[in-house]
Amino acid sequence: MDSFAGRKNIIRLLIGLVGFIYIIRLFILQVLDSTYKLTASNNVLRYETQFPARGLIYDRNGDLLVYNEAAYDIMINPRQVVPFDTAEFCSILEIDKKYIDENILKARQYSLYKPSIFLKQVSSIAYAQLQEKLFKFPGFFVQPRTIRKYTSTHAAHVLGYVGEVNEKMIESNQYYKLGDYIGISGIEQSYEEYLKGKKGISILLVDVHNRIKGPYNNGRFDEKAVVGSNVISTIDIELQKYGEELMQNLTGSVVAIEPATGEILALISTPNYDPDLLVGRIRTKNYNILMMDSLKPLFNRALMAQYPPGSTFKVINALIGQQEKVLFPYTSYSCQGGYVVGRFRLGCHIHSSPLDLVQSIKNSCNTYYCHVFRSILDNSKYPSVRDAFDSWRNHVMSFGFGKPLNSDFGNELAGLVPSKELYDRIHKTENWKSLNVISLAIGQGEMGTTPLQMANMTAAIANRGYYFIPHIVKEIEGDFSLDKRFYEKQFTTIDSSYFEPVVHGMELAVNGDYAGGSTAWRAQIPNIIVCGKTGTAQNPHGEDHSIFIAFAPKDNPKIAIAVYIENGGFGGTWAAPLAKLMIEKYLNDSISQPYYEDYILNAHLTIENAKKSKYME
Amino acid sequence: MRRRVNIWSDFDWVTVGVYFLLVLIGWINIYAAVFNEDHQSIFDFSQRYGKQLVWISAALVIIILVFSLDVNVYSFFAYVVYGLMIFLLLAVLIFGREVHGARSWFEMGGVRLQPSEFAKIATALALARYLSSYNVQINTFKSYWRIALIVLLPSLLILLQNDTGSALVYFAFIFVLYREGLSESILLFGFFIIVLFVLALVLEKIILIFLSIFVALIIFWILNKKLKNFIIALLIFTFSVLILYALNYFLNLDLPTYYIELIALGISSITYAYLAFKNKIKHVILLLMFLYGAIIFTFSVDYFFHNFLEPHQQKRINTLLGLESDPLGIGYNVNQSKIAIGSGGFAGKGFLRGTQTKFDFVPEQSTDFIFCTIGEEWGFIGTSAIVSLFLVLLFRLIIIAERQKSTFSRVYAYGVLSILFFHITINIGMTIGLMPVIGIPLPFFSYGGSSLWSFTVLLFILLRLDASRFELLR
Repeated sequence: MDSFAGRKNIIRLLIGLVGFIYIIRLFILQVLDSTYKLTASNNVLRYETQFPARGLIYDRNGDLLVYNEAAYDIMINPRQVVPFDTAEFCSILEIDKKYIDENILKARQYSLYKPSIFLKQVSSIAYAQLQEKLFKFPGFFVQPRTIRKYTSTHAAHVLGYVGEVNEKMIESNQYYKLGDYIGISGIEQSYEEYLKGKKGISILLVDVHNRIKGPYNNGRFDEKAVVGSNVISTIDIELQKYGEELMQNLTGSVVAIEPATGEILALISTPNYDPDLLVGRIRTKNYNILMMDSLKPLFNRALMAQYPPGSTFKVINALIGQQEKVLFPYTSYSCQGGYVVGRFRLGCHIHSSPLDLVQSIKNSCNTYYCHVFRSILDNSKYPSVRDAFDSWRNHVMSFGFGKPLNSDFGNELAGLVPSKELYDRIHKTENWKSLNVISLAIGQGEMGTTPLQMANMTAAIANRGYYFIPHIVKEIEGDFSLDKRFYEKQFTTIDSSYFEPVVHGMELAVNGDYAGGSTAWRAQIPNIIVCGKTGTAQNPHGEDHSIFIAFAPKDNPKIAIAVYIENGGFGGTWAAPLAKLMIEKYLNDSISQPYYEDYILNAHLTIENAKKSKYME
Repeated sequence: MRRRVNIWSDFDWVTVGVYFLLVLIGWINIYAAVFNEDHQSIFDFSQRYGKQLVWISAALVIIILVFSLDVNVYSFFAYVVYGLMIFLLLAVLIFGREVHGARSWFEMGGVRLQPSEFAKIATALALARYLSSYNVQINTFKSYWRIALIVLLPSLLILLQNDTGSALVYFAFIFVLYREGLSESILLFGFFIIVLFVLALVLEKIILIFLSIFVALIIFWILNKKLKNFIIALLIFTFSVLILYALNYFLNLDLPTYYIELIALGISSITYAYLAFKNKIKHVILLLMFLYGAIIFTFSVDYFFHNFLEPHQQKRINTLLGLESDPLGIGYNVNQSKIAIGSGGFAGKGFLRGTQTKFDFVPEQSTDFIFCTIGEEWGFIGTSAIVSLFLVLLFRLIIIAERQKSTFSRVYAYGVLSILFFHITINIGMTIGLMPVIGIPLPFFSYGGSSLWSFTVLLFILLRLDASRFELLR
C-alpha cells in the first residue's frame, strides 16, 4: 500500500544532516573562533577619553605665564545625524553650509558608527549657545578640551607652543592618539612629559545607537585623568618683558643667566611673535604666515643662530694663554695700529701702547691677541702647531663651545669650534702655521657660537672657571626633580686664579674712563661694578653684528648676559647699553639713566619689523 | 469501525513535553532579550515577556479547544478552512495593516493577527485532504496542477503582502510530496532549476552559456556513447564561433561577445540537428530543447532578479551568495548576530548577562533573532541543546507520521514536519550565517501571538489525530 515508506529515511537523513551541520557551525562560531569575542567587547564598550588639563607654567617669581582655557570640540556621530536646521547651526558656530556638508561627509568616510571631530575648539560662548539647542541636532555632541592661554605676549620662544600630534609622533609613542595635543617647542616640548598629565578613560556601555547605558562594571576599570604638573620656569618675566620691549625694533638675541645656578633669566630672540597666535583653530593659518615671514620670527636666534664671537673671544684666549704659561699679567706687547708680519697685516684701532694683559682687554687690542694666540700655537711644549691647536681647542670647548650645551631646550645648535682636520683640508696640508689661523685670535674666522653659548661662557667667567648647564625650568611641581646634570658644576680647563686679570680687564672696559680707552663705557651702572667685553662679529652680508657680554656685580655675580644685535656695528654702541639696562633692571628694578631706553628704542636697525597686524588675532 | 478510546492515554506525551519545554525556554529568552532594569516583573504586560505570557496562556486554551473537537472535523472541514484562509489572505491585502513594509496584519481592538501564519495549517490540512482522497494518483498531470494550486495559491497571496519569508515556507511541502511518492525526475528537475537559478546570479552570462553547452555536450556523449558524434558536435560549434569572431573582427560589427556565442550556438545547433536527423542520431532534439530551455531560463532569472525583486531582496540574495559583503548594511544583522552568538563562547555569559542582545545590537532579538540570546547567554551548551531539542521533536514527528493508519493523518503529519523543519532550518541558519535573512520566526520561541498560536494549533491538531490513530483508518 505504501511503496514510498523508504523515503522517510531520506527525510530523516536530511534532518539529521542539517542538525549536524548546525551544531558543528555553532561549535566553530562559539568555541573555536575567538574573533567574535573581541568584536563583541568593542561593540558594546565605549572607551571615552578624559583629557587632563595641561600643567601651568610660572615664572621664577611665581607669576603665572601659561594657563588653560576651556574649549569645546564639536563631535559628530554620523549614524545619528538626521536632517536639521543648518541655518541655525551655522549661525551659532560661525560656519557655512559647505563646511557642514564637507565635514559630515568626512566623518562618514572615517566611520559611520564612531564619533569624530566635526569642529575644533569652539569658544565657551558658542558652546553655551549650542548646549541649549543641542537636542535639535541629534548626532552632535560636545567634547570638552583645553587650549593654552598666555598672560602676556612675551616669551613665546621660551614657552614654545602646543600643536596636534602628527603620524610620526603617534607611531613612536603609544600614548598619543590622533587629535591629541603635544608640546612642539620650548618648555612645552622639553617638559611635555610632565605638562601633559595622564589621559583618563571611562568605559561606558553603549547600545547600537551609541546611546550611553551607564558605566561599565560601575566604573571599576575607569581611570581618572591626571592633571599635568605645573612647571616653574627660571625666566624672570619682568626682565624678559623689558628685554623684549627694548629689542622690539632690533633683530638679535639676548640671553641672561644666573651664574651661580645656570638658570636662564631671560632668553630673547627678535623679531618674535605673540604666543596667542599659535593657539587653537587659527594656529595653522598663523603658523604658515610666520613661516613665510622674511624676518623669521619663529627662528629662535638665542639657540639656533650661529655668529662668530668677535672680540669677546679675546678673554678666552687670554685665559688659555695664561693656562698654557705663555701669557702672564705683566706680558706687554706694543701696538702700532695693527699686527704686521711680512706682508700680513691685521689692523687695530688707536690706543696707548704698549699694553699689558688687563689693558689689552680694556682696549680690546687686536695686535696683543695676535701675539697671544701665536704664542699659544707656537708653544715649544707641543711637538707641532697642530698639537698645540688641539690643546687650544680643548680649552675652548671646555667653555661649552662647539657642541650643544645639553640644556633643556630641544633644538640647540652645536656651534663650531674648528678642528685641526678642518684646517688640514682648507690648507691642503698638515703643515699650516699659526699665522694661517690668526683670525681666531680675535674671535673671527671659523668660529661659530650661539648667544646661549656666549651667555654661558660669560657665566663661566663670572664663576671664575665653571658653569652650570643653562636651563629654563627651575622646578616641576609634584615629586619630580630636574635632571641632575643641571646641578653639577661643569669645570673649564682654566684654573680660577687666571681669571682675576681678565675680570679686571673686563671691569675696566666698562668702568674705566672713556678717554682711557674703555670700549664699553656705555654699560656703566652707578654703584654696581659691571664687567663686560664688547665684540663685533664680521658679517659678510652687511653691517657687522654688535656683541656684548657682561656680568655683574663683579664679586658674587648675580647675572651674566650676552647680547647680539644684528647689523648693530661696534659692540659698545648698541649691545653694551642694552646689556646695562637689562642688568640694572634685574639687579635694581629701576633705571638710573632712562634716556638709554629711548636711545635703543629709536635704533631702527631692522629693515622692517614684523607687523603684528598681519596675523589673525 | 469506530472504537472509543481514551485519547489522553494515547496522547504523545514526548511531543507535548518537548513543546512545553521549548515554549518555556523561549519565554525565558524573550525575557532576557527585552529585560531592562526598569521593568523586572514578569507580569509587566507593557513588556514583551509579559505579553508573551498572555499568548502562552491563550495557547493553553487553544490546545484544549483543539482537543475537544471531534477528530473528524479536521479532515471534514479541511477545504472549508482552506477556503476561509484564502479569503482572509485576500481580505488582508485590502483591509490589512502594514507593519515593517508587509501588509499582513489584521488589527482588532489592539490585537494583531497575521492570517499568513494560520494559512500554513489550512494548506497542510487541504493538501492532506486532497492526497488522501479516493483514487488520487500523485504522479499525474491533473494531480500536479491541483497540488500546485493548493500549495502555491496562499504562497502567492502572501508574496503579494510583501512577506517573502512566509511565502517561501510553502516550498517546504515538497517534503510531503516526496514522501507521498512524487516522481524523482520532477524533484531532479526542481533541483536543476534551483542550481540554474543560483548559477544565473553568480556567473557571467558568457560563462553560463559556455557551461550549458559544455554540460549538454557531455550529457550527449554519455547518452550517445560515441566519441565521434561528440567531437563532430564540438567542432561544428567551435568553427561557427571562430568564423563569427573573424567576421565580427574584419567587418567591424562590434557585436558583444555573448551575442556571438548565441548566434554561433543557433547556427551550429541547426546544422547539427539537420545532421542528426539525416544520420538518425538519438537524443539530439531532446538535448537541444533542454539546452535552450536552460539558457532561456537563466536569462529570464537574470531579468526577473534585476527588474522584479526589491533592492533589499536582491541584496539579501547577493549577500547569501557571497556576491556582496556589507557588514554594516544588509549584512549587519547577520554580522551582529554572529558576534552575539560567537561571544557566548562555550558556556555563555549567563542569564541576563548578554551585552550584545541587550543593547539592541542584534535587530529583532525577541522575534526572528531570538536564537542570538540563547547563543550569547547560554553559549554552545545552550545552542546545541536547543538544536538537539528541535531534532528530537522532528524525529518524533517522523515516528508519529509513520505510525498513522490514515493517509490524511500521515500527509498532515509530514506537512507539520516540513513546516517546522523549514522554519527551524532557515531561522537558526540565518542567525549563524548559513541561510539568507528571511524573516520567519523560530517555532515556539519567537515572540508573537500569531506565530505561537499557529504552531500550537498546527502541532496539536496532529497530536489530536495521533491520539485517535486507531480510529482513523483512511
